[in-house]
Amino acid sequence: MTLNAWIPVFALMTSLIASLVIFALPEKGYRLRTWVNLGAALVKLSLVVVMVWGVFQGVEYGLSFTMVPGVTFVLKADALSMMFAGLSAVLWLLTTIYAVGYLEDSPNRSRFFGFFSLCVASTMGIALAGNLFTFFLFYEMLTLSTYPLVVHRGTEKALRAGRTYVIYTLTGGAVLLLAIAWLHGVAGDLPFREGGHFMDADPDIHRSLILIFILLVAGLGVKAAIFPLHGWLPQAMVAPAPVSALLHAVAVVKAGAFGIVRVVYDIYGVEASSALGVLEPLAWLAAFTILYGSFRALSQTDLKRRLAFSTVSQVSYIILGISLFGPVAAAGGLVHLLHQGIMKITLFFCAGNYAETLGIHRIDEMDGAGRRMPGTSVAFTIGAFGMIGAPPLAGFITKWTMGSGALAANMDWVIVVLLSSSLLNAAYFLPVMHRLWFREPAGSWPEERHWGRLETSAWLFWPPLLTAVMTVMVGVLASLPFSPLSWAELIALREYSP
Amino acid sequence: MTSSLLYALAGAILCGIGLFGLLWLSHLLRKLLAFNIMGSGVFLVMVGLPQHQGGPDPVPQALVLTGIVVAIAATALAVVLIRRYFHLSGMTGLEDEPASPERGPE
Amino acid sequence: MTLWLMAGLLFTPLAWAVLTLLTDFSRGRLVTWGGILVQVLVSLGLWLTVARDGGFHYGLGGWQAPLGIELRVDGLAVTFVLLTAVVASACGLHAGVYIDPDKPWHRYFWPLFWFLWSGLNVVWLGGDLFNLYVGLELISLSAVGLVALGGKANALRASLRYLLAALLGSLVYLLGVALMYGQFGTLSIAGVVSWLGVHPVPAGSGLALALMVTGLALKTALFPLHRWLPPAHGIARSPVSALLSALVVKASFYMAARLWLELGEPLGNLAAAQLVGLLGSAAVVWGSWLACRQPQLKQVVAYSSVAQIGYLFLLFPLTYSVSESVSLQAQQGITLQVISHALAKAAMFLAAGNLILSAGSNRVDALTGVSRFLPFSLFSFGLAGVSLMSLPPTGGFAAKWLLLQASLGSGQWWWILVMLIGGLLSAAYVFRIYRASFLESAGPDRFYHPARSLEVIPMILALLALGLGLASDQVLSVMALPFEEGGSP
Repeated sequence: MTLNAWIPVFALMTSLIASLVIFALPEKGYRLRTWVNLGAALVKLSLVVVMVWGVFQGVEYGLSFTMVPGVTFVLKADALSMMFAGLSAVLWLLTTIYAVGYLEDSPNRSRFFGFFSLCVASTMGIALAGNLFTFFLFYEMLTLSTYPLVVHRGTEKALRAGRTYVIYTLTGGAVLLLAIAWLHGVAGDLPFREGGHFMDADPDIHRSLILIFILLVAGLGVKAAIFPLHGWLPQAMVAPAPVSALLHAVAVVKAGAFGIVRVVYDIYGVEASSALGVLEPLAWLAAFTILYGSFRALSQTDLKRRLAFSTVSQVSYIILGISLFGPVAAAGGLVHLLHQGIMKITLFFCAGNYAETLGIHRIDEMDGAGRRMPGTSVAFTIGAFGMIGAPPLAGFITKWTMGSGALAANMDWVIVVLLSSSLLNAAYFLPVMHRLWFREPAGSWPEERHWGRLETSAWLFWPPLLTAVMTVMVGVLASLPFSPLSWAELIALREYSP
Repeated sequence: MTSSLLYALAGAILCGIGLFGLLWLSHLLRKLLAFNIMGSGVFLVMVGLPQHQGGPDPVPQALVLTGIVVAIAATALAVVLIRRYFHLSGMTGLEDEPASPERGPE
Repeated sequence: MTLWLMAGLLFTPLAWAVLTLLTDFSRGRLVTWGGILVQVLVSLGLWLTVARDGGFHYGLGGWQAPLGIELRVDGLAVTFVLLTAVVASACGLHAGVYIDPDKPWHRYFWPLFWFLWSGLNVVWLGGDLFNLYVGLELISLSAVGLVALGGKANALRASLRYLLAALLGSLVYLLGVALMYGQFGTLSIAGVVSWLGVHPVPAGSGLALALMVTGLALKTALFPLHRWLPPAHGIARSPVSALLSALVVKASFYMAARLWLELGEPLGNLAAAQLVGLLGSAAVVWGSWLACRQPQLKQVVAYSSVAQIGYLFLLFPLTYSVSESVSLQAQQGITLQVISHALAKAAMFLAAGNLILSAGSNRVDALTGVSRFLPFSLFSFGLAGVSLMSLPPTGGFAAKWLLLQASLGSGQWWWILVMLIGGLLSAAYVFRIYRASFLESAGPDRFYHPARSLEVIPMILALLALGLGLASDQVLSVMALPFEEGGSP
């Protein structure tokens, strides 16, 4: 086998090996563990960069072998997988840095970082999976490796949240397995392929295909937190901030959304899905979830819960984008996979900073926090404006592209959804920013801690600022080659003219 | 009614009696005896049934011999266990749970 | 070469049983190490031979059937021989450290262990119904003896219960054998099959098969005949529980499966096949449900065995009057389920034993907070749990996938529901243990770390169960024609 076959394997193994090493290290091996973590993250990032360049040039990366009779295990790097892999590699590095600072002096760090790496390995596997079977394999591994992170604090509340999380995701997994097995029975082992497999499917199997599609979306929709399967997400907020960041921005919800993209584009094919009549209901469902999530976010008093409902809403942009049947809207949806990740991780980092530094958890405690923590608050403001869709930030690019795509596809109602969602985003973010910058502090903070010169620990300070800068950059530089938008357009182009 | 069928029926009846005893009697020794009766019934069926080929068949004889050895071994083991059980718990049946529900570490 | 391998395979366990009978526990342990080495090498050698040259028939001592003992050495049989070697040696090594050598009655552990092993080999390789019976009795009696080694009244109670169930099962099976011989005049399964090839099916021969399968189902603890299993497996010493759950119940299932696959089509009927499947499903649901409700760690694992055994019986409906390919998928799935359950369950019981040793109690709540001591055994337990939940990439998942495909392929969609619900229920009881170990409130501040060798063994087994999923195609290809006659007779 050539080196190219092995690069995806290496990318996967980096975090897997890191996780095993970390488990083996003693709890006190603080310094070494940090180095292993950061080293693995950097190695993985560089491998992904190599692959991104290669995929752009048209190089084939991949490996496959028969796992169970009749089914192959396939790892493959294509444009779409690179998008997700890139997101997870970049944000893993930042989240690791953040988590090292966040968990300083807390117990069970060895366990935490071990599962953390395992979780990222699963994400990488999901990105590089070359068929639904392989995808499922890593999808379930993700469920298992995130459970210890969600219940990390070991309190009754955390364990309850963990139970809800597991009940939702494993049931979703069972439905997904049923759908995948059924699809395998109907059509055999299908690799992911641009344009899909059912362009001219036998009309006899149309009914089965529609049913399977519903089951697939139901199974994947649990992780993607589509209404009414989103119940676990706000509860999982009890997890430590880096975990929430990872769950919302990179791993779990994105795995679900990414899976739906794979199903629509690379299994069914967007034209076949449209012909089967499954795309329009999906678009309506996504639109409803967008509005529903925003409405629920309005009434939340806990900062992280507000952000959680905002995630429910934002992830459905991706699904709305790909179900609008048009390359421009598709690019808008796909690019949100990255944009939402960057913006949401900024917000969660900031929420974590407020909690760690000042002990702030509720929104009404945030009065005047902008003066005490200007850096964090600037990052938060940029992230929030990005979510609202203010130009020239990341969210604006998404909404603009999707809007023009919707117009091109003659679906004017989408504009209404986008506009009302932006209004609602503003309605639940602007009051927070008002409190941050324009209110007087209420006296003392709930639990204040001090770190020398900076407003908070350096490990916690820089990651949100970096992601905030990225939020600006991906917006401003959207037209350059290799920007997320250009990459998403490349994928959409390959999908619509295979 | 041929003789082989007669043997088989007698064996079946013995089996039935043994089964009844095994399931309904509570004293462990009675259960064990019932098992032996049932075993005899099975052996009777085994030796009796295949005689239709004209004259006795040597194979079942050999089998039953082995079977009896196995049954004796089982009976011996059972007697040892029953005796030990009686010494430790003072009980001759399995119905009622022993007093301590907490079994503690192994 | 083959002669030596066969002789080694069958002779060593018996010889070692006698040898260890003469020594005390500690010396028996030393002797056993040598025996384990021989046995593993021989099993591996036989497996390699069959993998290279295919299966063969072997008349023991040069005598042929019906008076001699004829062995059937095919891919499936040697795979199970190898599996037995792996699991039994793991349990043997673990027991050598785990079991307290000072209790006088523990010296019987090694002889019983070796008798059990030889019985298992006889069952995997046996070709005629009566020798299978003898092998099965050897297994049952030594297994009962091993359970009784617990020493306390409770252990004896459980072992007596087990003994009575096992004896009843054997007699019912033997009655079936007697009827079968009366009807067909032969004891070899292959002989019956070839007799049926030229004669019409005699009336009432279904009864013989039904009796044999019922007797074996009782020994395999199929719902509703499972009541004897949880006390016996729960109360035995952990290495014994591991042997019992991993191998002993599989032996009687293996016989039932072979009978069904060769005689089910001519002698069985659809209703019986569906009924057995239904009982299996009931076992899956009921066993998992009870596993969720047990306060004691080992009882959870024991009830999980009841549930996992239920899956095995889906073989009956999934191979009756279905297409060749569906039947093959079902057989492969069940074979993988047997292997992966054996590995995972052995790992789980051994790890549970270590955890009980560490936490000082058998209760699930006693695990509160132990995860912060980074117990290696908890990882092993967790990994084995992944296989029991049949989540990827474990062997349990590969088995479930094949069974799902077989159910879809034969249109028996109701088994799919059983498998999905069973998977979720098993997650419920596995996560119950995870949950207990992650809880941080008022945990113990003392934690005893058992010897490394105790901790490594379950981890190896759990990793094997995990790796089986990735390599299942290779493993299955060695048993090229599962449950079929390999090589020339």
